[in-house]
Amino acid sequence: MQETLGMKDSIRKNTLGSVARRGVDTSHGPILYLDDISVSFDGFKALNALSLTVDAGELRCIIGPNGAGKTTMMDVITGKTKPDSGTVFFGQTLDLSRMNEPQIASAGIGRKFQKPTVFENHTVFENLELAMQYDKRVWVSLFAKRKKSQIKKITETMEIIDLVNQAGRLAGLLSHGQKQWLEIGMLLMQEPKLLLLDEPVAGMTDDETAKTAKLFKSLAGERSLVVVEHDMEFVAEIASTVTVLHEGAVLAEGRMEDVQSNDRVIEVYLGR
Amino acid sequence: MQYQSNIEPLFSKLGWLGLITFAVLTLIVVPWMYLFIPDGGAFHISSYTVTLIGKIMCYCIVAVAMNLIWGYAGILSLGQGLFFALGGYSFGMYLMRQIGQDGQYQSDLPDFMVFLDWKEYPLHWLGTDSFLWAIVLVVLVPGVLAFVFGYFAFRSRIKGVYFSIITQALTYAFMLLFFRNETGFGGNNGFTDFKRILGYSLTDPTMRAALFGLSAFFLLLVLVLSRVLIKSKFGRILTAIRDSESRLMFCGYDPIRFKLFIWTLSAIICGIAGALYVPQVGIINPSEMSPANSIEIAVWVAVGGRGTILGPVIGAAAVNGAKSFFTQAFPEYWLFFLGLLFILVTLCLPFGIVGLFSKLKNKFKKIES
Repeated sequence: MQETLGMKDSIRKNTLGSVARRGVDTSHGPILYLDDISVSFDGFKALNALSLTVDAGELRCIIGPNGAGKTTMMDVITGKTKPDSGTVFFGQTLDLSRMNEPQIASAGIGRKFQKPTVFENHTVFENLELAMQYDKRVWVSLFAKRKKSQIKKITETMEIIDLVNQAGRLAGLLSHGQKQWLEIGMLLMQEPKLLLLDEPVAGMTDDETAKTAKLFKSLAGERSLVVVEHDMEFVAEIASTVTVLHEGAVLAEGRMEDVQSNDRVIEVYLGR
Repeated sequence: MQYQSNIEPLFSKLGWLGLITFAVLTLIVVPWMYLFIPDGGAFHISSYTVTLIGKIMCYCIVAVAMNLIWGYAGILSLGQGLFFALGGYSFGMYLMRQIGQDGQYQSDLPDFMVFLDWKEYPLHWLGTDSFLWAIVLVVLVPGVLAFVFGYFAFRSRIKGVYFSIITQALTYAFMLLFFRNETGFGGNNGFTDFKRILGYSLTDPTMRAALFGLSAFFLLLVLVLSRVLIKSKFGRILTAIRDSESRLMFCGYDPIRFKLFIWTLSAIICGIAGALYVPQVGIINPSEMSPANSIEIAVWVAVGGRGTILGPVIGAAAVNGAKSFFTQAFPEYWLFFLGLLFILVTLCLPFGIVGLFSKLKNKFKKIES
C-alpha cells in the first residue's frame, strides 16, 4: 500500500499539468465550468444561479449545510438531472447538459454516491472488472475475454484499496468502510479525469479515513477531485480550496482557514 | 488464484451428465419407444404422452426465456405470452395454408375467411404459403415488436412494476385485436384443424416424434445459450443492471442497449416456442394472449427458482404436470391451487424448488461436518 501510493506520487509529479486524454480539453486550465446553473423541484430552488470552476488537477472540497444543493450539483454534472438554465462544461468543449449518464461517464467523469453503491451479488474482482475502462458496448461484452494485463490492473487497484484478500468475496458481504473503498476502487478503474466523491469517508474508522485522505492527495494532480464532505477534519487535511454552498449558490470560496473565519459561513454552517 | 482463471467450465460435470442424459432420452429413447414399440407393449409411449411432454417442453423454453429477462436482468415482463402466441400465429398461418382445399368449404381460403365472405387473402398473409417465410416470420414478428416496444419503454426509463403493467396492457390489447374478425386471424376461434407440414400429415407418428425431438433440441439449445450468456461478461452486466442500474450507468454503460438486447432475444425465443407448440396441440387462439397466461409464465419461473439455470425448466414442468393432473381430476380447483402455490413459494421458497434443494444440501453438509 505504502509503496503503491509512493509510486502514484511520482506519477503525479511527472504528469502534472499534462493535457488530458479522450477529448477533454483542459488547455486553458479549468476542467469543469458551471455557469449560472439553476435547478428547481416543484418550486424549490435546489440550485440558484450556481457558478463554479474547478481547475485541472485540483482537489476541491465542497461543504455546506443539508439542502445546500451539493448532491444536486453532482446530479447536474453527471447528467442525472438536467439544469433548468445555465451551462455545464467539461473542459473547453464538452457540453454536459447535452449528454446522458453513460456518455458523461465515458468522457471521464466518475462518481461515488453518498450511500456506498456496489454490485452486491458480484465479487470484489468482478466489481472492479465491470468498472474497468474499456469498450462498453453490448457486442464487445458478449465475447470479452479476461486479459492478463486487465487482471494485473485489477490486482493493482485491489492493492490500493486494500481488498486483495477479499477478491473472491461478494461485495454485499463487505463492511461499510470496505464498500466505500471498493466504490472508490471502481472509480479508479474507470480512469476518470474528474472524480466526484459524495461523502467518501462517512462511516469509516479514523484509520480508514486517514488512509483515504492519503489516497486522495496522491490522486490530485493527475486527476481532479471534487469531494463533498461533512467531516471538517478530513476536509482540512486534504483541501487546498474549499467552496461553501448555501441555498443553491456559492457562499464563500478560498483556503480552509479563510473560509473558516468567514462570518457568513460561521453563521449558516459552522456555528459559533 | 481462483478469481483469475480465465476459462470457467460452462456446466459442472453433473450438469453435463444431466444434459446428455436428457438429450439421449428425448432425442433417442422416447421417440424410439413411441415409434417402434407396438401399442400394448410394456414400454410403449402413447401419442397423448408424447404430445403432452412436447407441449411442456415448449413451456420450458418460454420459462428459460422468461428467466433471462426476469431472473438475470430483473425485468418482470408480464407479456411473454404475447410473443409466444405471435410465434404460434406466424407459424399457424403457414399451417392454415397447408390445409389447402381440405377444409369444410373446400376453398383455397381458410374456412373462417370463406365464412366472412372474403374472396382473397388479405395483404399480411402474403407469402405465408412458404415454409421458409413462415420461419422468418416466427423470428421477425415477436422480435420486431419487442424491439420497438422495448426501445420506447426502456428509453423512457419505465421500470419495475410500471413495466410489468404496460406489458400486461400490451398483451391484453393484442388479445382484443386478435379477437376481431377483421384482423384476419380467425377471430376468437383462431386457427385449428391443421393437416400437414411440408406435405406430411401432422397425425403421422413420425411427424409427432419429429416435432417432439425438435422441441427437445430447442430446449437444450436455449439452455446452453442462456448459460453461455450468463457466464459471459454480458451476463455479469445483466445482473449488475438488476442489482444497481444507476451505478452501472455511472460506470459508463448504457443499460438501455443491454436490456433491449436480452428483451428482444427473450421474445424471439418465446416466439420459436410458440411455433413448436401450435402444430403439437393443433390450435392457436387469442386466449393464449390473455394476461393470466403471461402471469402463469412468471409463476413457473418463481416456483422453479429465478436466476438459476435449471429452475425455470423444473418450474414449468412441475406446474404444468400438476396442471394436467388437476384439470382432469378437479378442474374447478386448478386456479385456486395455482394461486396457493404462488403464495406459498413467495412466502416460503424465495429461490423456488432449486433454492430448496441447495438449502437442504447445505444442511446435510453441516450435519456431516
